[in-house]
Amino acid sequence: MAADLWTALFIAILTAFTGYEVISRVPSLLHTPLMSGSNFIHGIVLVGGIVALGFATTDLERIVGFLAVVMGAMNVTGGYVVTERILAMFDRSKKGGPKP
Amino acid sequence: MTSPLHDVVDAVYVVAILVFILGLRAMSSPTTARQGIVTAGIAMLIAVVVTFLSPGLSNFAWIALGVAIGGLAGFGWARVVKMTAMPQMVAVFNGMGGGAAAAIAGVELLGSLRGATADLSVAGAVIGSISISGSVIAFLKLQGWMPSKAIVLPARQVVNFAVLVVAVGFGVGAVGWLRPEYLAPFFGLLVLYGVLLTLPIGGADMPVVISLFNALTGIAVGLDGFALVSGPLGDAGYAMVIAGVLVGAAGSLLTVLMARAMNRSVGNVFFGAFGATEDAGAAVTGSLKPIDATDAATLMAYANEVVIAPGYGMAVAQAQQKVKELSDLLAAKGVTVKFAIHPVAGRMPGHMNVLLAEAGISYDKLFDRDEINAELPSVDVVLVIGANDVVNPAARRKGSPLEGMPILDVDRAKTVIVIKRGQGKGFAGIENELFYGDNCRMLYGDAQAAVGQLVTALKQS
Repeated sequence: MAADLWTALFIAILTAFTGYEVISRVPSLLHTPLMSGSNFIHGIVLVGGIVALGFATTDLERIVGFLAVVMGAMNVTGGYVVTERILAMFDRSKKGGPKP
Repeated sequence: MTSPLHDVVDAVYVVAILVFILGLRAMSSPTTARQGIVTAGIAMLIAVVVTFLSPGLSNFAWIALGVAIGGLAGFGWARVVKMTAMPQMVAVFNGMGGGAAAAIAGVELLGSLRGATADLSVAGAVIGSISISGSVIAFLKLQGWMPSKAIVLPARQVVNFAVLVVAVGFGVGAVGWLRPEYLAPFFGLLVLYGVLLTLPIGGADMPVVISLFNALTGIAVGLDGFALVSGPLGDAGYAMVIAGVLVGAAGSLLTVLMARAMNRSVGNVFFGAFGATEDAGAAVTGSLKPIDATDAATLMAYANEVVIAPGYGMAVAQAQQKVKELSDLLAAKGVTVKFAIHPVAGRMPGHMNVLLAEAGISYDKLFDRDEINAELPSVDVVLVIGANDVVNPAARRKGSPLEGMPILDVDRAKTVIVIKRGQGKGFAGIENELFYGDNCRMLYGDAQAAVGQLVTALKQS
């Protein structure tokens, strides 16, 4: 296996633990924004789509790469807007509601 | 990593990853969450822009067009959709991510079947394809364009497994024998597998399903990242590995939490046909005792404390605004109002919280199961709105299909009023013993209409 694959594996293992630690204390109130926020974060796939299409050489590669970019862009913008809208409501309900 | 421009691109990726982790971390508190997502959004925008500007790329017009089409579609759709449609929106945007991951793997495989990372691309393609087709089925079910009940085909375990094995066989064959013509059946069968996997899953299991497909897309993106690290612009690959694995870990944790809230394993949700077993031995004694809205309103108006337990029925009827009105009226009469939220009530993790927040109900009135169960025995009135299995005391009995599922102990309150459309059973297909209890009264009707009647009655009293 090439050296950069080993590096990526090290990174992946450390990231898995980071992800677990960062998330493990999220209250159930925020489960939707957590899910939708992580949905937005895997929108980084758009970057991969740009690289794939950017280095595509045949027409078939271009078509498939183009699909990757379109879907990746939908993932990232849609994921962001949905998360932002949900969190905006939590903001408002904090200000609007009377404290018990 | 030769030109200074490469260093700039890499530095931006490093900062973006740092901000993603901090952004996810900010999700642990409602006061910081919004700032977290905004910061993560800016980091993402910069990462995308520098990737576009990085050296060696071609096909710029195609890239720009693709980003414009996808970006506008995603932005527009997510802006206009109603809050009640959030579960299916999350499903569809997640599916797009899975599809993008599968397509990237496709480009990699078309370009270099001989490459050292071709097997990683195959793995990314497998998971990404299952994620997009499964998410689309979940979307169709949640949107109501397809029956949300479990569709169980004969011998499905065998058929599904065979489809998956043949699909992976085509993928391995494409790489092993350098046969690009195998790629079409490979992707086609994987998409079919995602459909077959999701069809038998009913609506009430959707919180587990959506959350699992989210984790799967993360893993697919991470695998694509692995495949890209040794290519040109390898550092985009590292960024994808980190973001993908981060989501994979967070999503898996959430999936397990959701499954545990139903006392089932993730495998059971996907491979066990739930609702198919009938609980023959459970004879329910007692009768259903109806109540009209005026009496119910009077009971609540003279209570010290009212706990409202919402379920999917509230979401379907879009009754959350009426519920807010009801809670305000009761509060004005000096009644303490609290909300009891079961983790899997609704169709996605945290669904009830989002709907109540939309209606403007302060989140410090929302209590999760463990918090509220301790005080339920001393509560005067519990109002159950369109929830069924999550309040079914049969879960405490051995041999029930719901056995062991942690529930809201609303049957222990002094009085329970249940708003329900009819006398049908819950998703699990078993009678709810709560409804037959001496302390329980049934208020029949659509959740919005019934709560509306309660509001009218309260205003008149």
